[in-house]
Amino acid sequence: MKPAAFEYVAVRTTEEALAELARDGQDARLLAGGQSLMPILNMRLATPRRLIDLNRVGELAYIRAHDGGVAIGAMTRQRAVEKSALVARCVPLLADAMPWVGHFQIRNRGTIGGSLAHADPAAELPAVAACLDARVTVRGPAGTRTLTADQLYWTYLTTTLAPTEILTEVWFPTAPSRTGHAWLEFARRHGDYALVGVAAAVMLEEDSVAEARLALTGVGARPVRARDAERRLVGRRPDDAALADAAERVKQVTEPQSDIHASAEYRRHLAGVLTLRALRLAIARARQAPPVTT
Amino acid sequence: MIPPEIAITVRVNERDYVERVAPRLLLSDFLRHQLGLTGTHVGCEHGVCGACTVLLDGQPVRSCLLFAIQLDGTVLTTVEGLADGERLHPIQEAFREHHGLQCGFCTPGLLLTAKALLEENPAPTDREIREAIAGNLCRCTGYHFIVDAIRAAARGLQR
Repeated sequence: MKPAAFEYVAVRTTEEALAELARDGQDARLLAGGQSLMPILNMRLATPRRLIDLNRVGELAYIRAHDGGVAIGAMTRQRAVEKSALVARCVPLLADAMPWVGHFQIRNRGTIGGSLAHADPAAELPAVAACLDARVTVRGPAGTRTLTADQLYWTYLTTTLAPTEILTEVWFPTAPSRTGHAWLEFARRHGDYALVGVAAAVMLEEDSVAEARLALTGVGARPVRARDAERRLVGRRPDDAALADAAERVKQVTEPQSDIHASAEYRRHLAGVLTLRALRLAIARARQAPPVTT
Repeated sequence: MIPPEIAITVRVNERDYVERVAPRLLLSDFLRHQLGLTGTHVGCEHGVCGACTVLLDGQPVRSCLLFAIQLDGTVLTTVEGLADGERLHPIQEAFREHHGLQCGFCTPGLLLTAKALLEENPAPTDREIREAIAGNLCRCTGYHFIVDAIRAAARGLQR
C-alpha cells in the first residue's frame, strides 16, 4: 500500500461535502481529480485521516455562459474545458493554456477547481485566472463568498480558504473585442511543470495598446501579475521597443528561486523571452480578433 | 485504526467483479494483485510515466492516481482486454510488425493510449501521434518505431 490509511467518504452534493468538512476540518482533505493530491498521498507527503471524494458531485460539473463570462463548476474535467466551444470562443486564453496542463490522460481526470485550489505556483491555471481577473466562488459554513485570483492565492500550495470551505466555481470574463491572448511556457519535457509560463492579453485601439495583462507562473510563491509592465504598454504603439521595454520590466520585477531544474538567473531570462513572445503572439491575434459575444 | 474494506462492483474487460477493497488501495494494485491482471505495469506510481494507463469508461487515465474504491459502477479496459482470444488487436499487431516494443514495460500503457487516440482521431498526423504519446515514457527510447506502429495501425483500422 502506497498511501497511509485513511477513511473514505464519497459525497453526492456540495452540502454533504460541507457537512463532512465542518465535522472533520483540519484532518480531512477534499479529493477532486486527484492528479496532484494522489502523488502527494502516494509519497506520504500528506497523510489525512479522512478523504472526502467529490467525484460523484454532479452539480459541480458544468460549463455555462453567465454574467458576461463563462462559469465553470469546480469538478469539471480539464479535458472538458479544453474541448469546450464556449470556452474557445469566450475565454481563448484558457483554451490556449489547457493543452499545457499535464498530458491528456491527466486532463481526463484532473479538474479545473482542483488545479486552482491546489495553488501550485508553477501551474498554468492559477496564472490564467490571475491574468484575466477570474473570480472563484467559495462555499463554507458561513455561506458563499467570491474571491479574485489575487485574493485566493497566499503562498506555495496554499490558498486563503479555510479548512471548512470548498472552491465550487470559477468565472472568467468574456474576452473583449480587439483583444488577443497567448499562453507560452517552457518546460524541459512537454507535460512537466513549466520552468516559466507567461499569460498575455492585449487589447488594441487604433493600433495602440488600450489594455495589457501579463501574468507569470514559476517565478514566485504564487502567480505573479506584472502590473508595472502592463502599465508601461498602455497608450503605446506595440512596436519592438515597447515590447522589449515591457519584457525588461518583467525581468526586473520577477524574483524566481533556483532549484535543481533551473537557476534563478535562467528563469528570469526565460521570463523576459517568453513575455516578449507572448506579447507578439497576443498582438498578432488581437489584429485578427473578431468581435466576441457570449 | 485501519478503516474497513468496502465492496465495489466493476466491469473489467467485459467481466463483472464484486470485490472488497481498502480505501487506500490504488487501482493499479487492485488490478494486479486482487484481480491478477498483471498486464497493467507500475512504473513511477506518481502519474509521470504512463505505464499504468488503463481506459476508464473509454478514456485513458493513470491507474496509479485513482483509488479502486472510487470506481464502483465503472467500466475498465486493461491491456488484457485488447486481444480477441489468440487474435491480437490491430494496434498490437502493428506494434509487433513495426518493432514498437523492446523490453515491453511501457507497451500496455502505449497500446491503450493509442487505442483512445485512434478512436477520437482515426487519421492522426505524426505530430498528433507524438503529442498523444508524450505522457508515456519508453526507457528503451524506441519512440520512432512506436510512432510507425500507431501510424500503421491507423491505416489498418481505416481499411
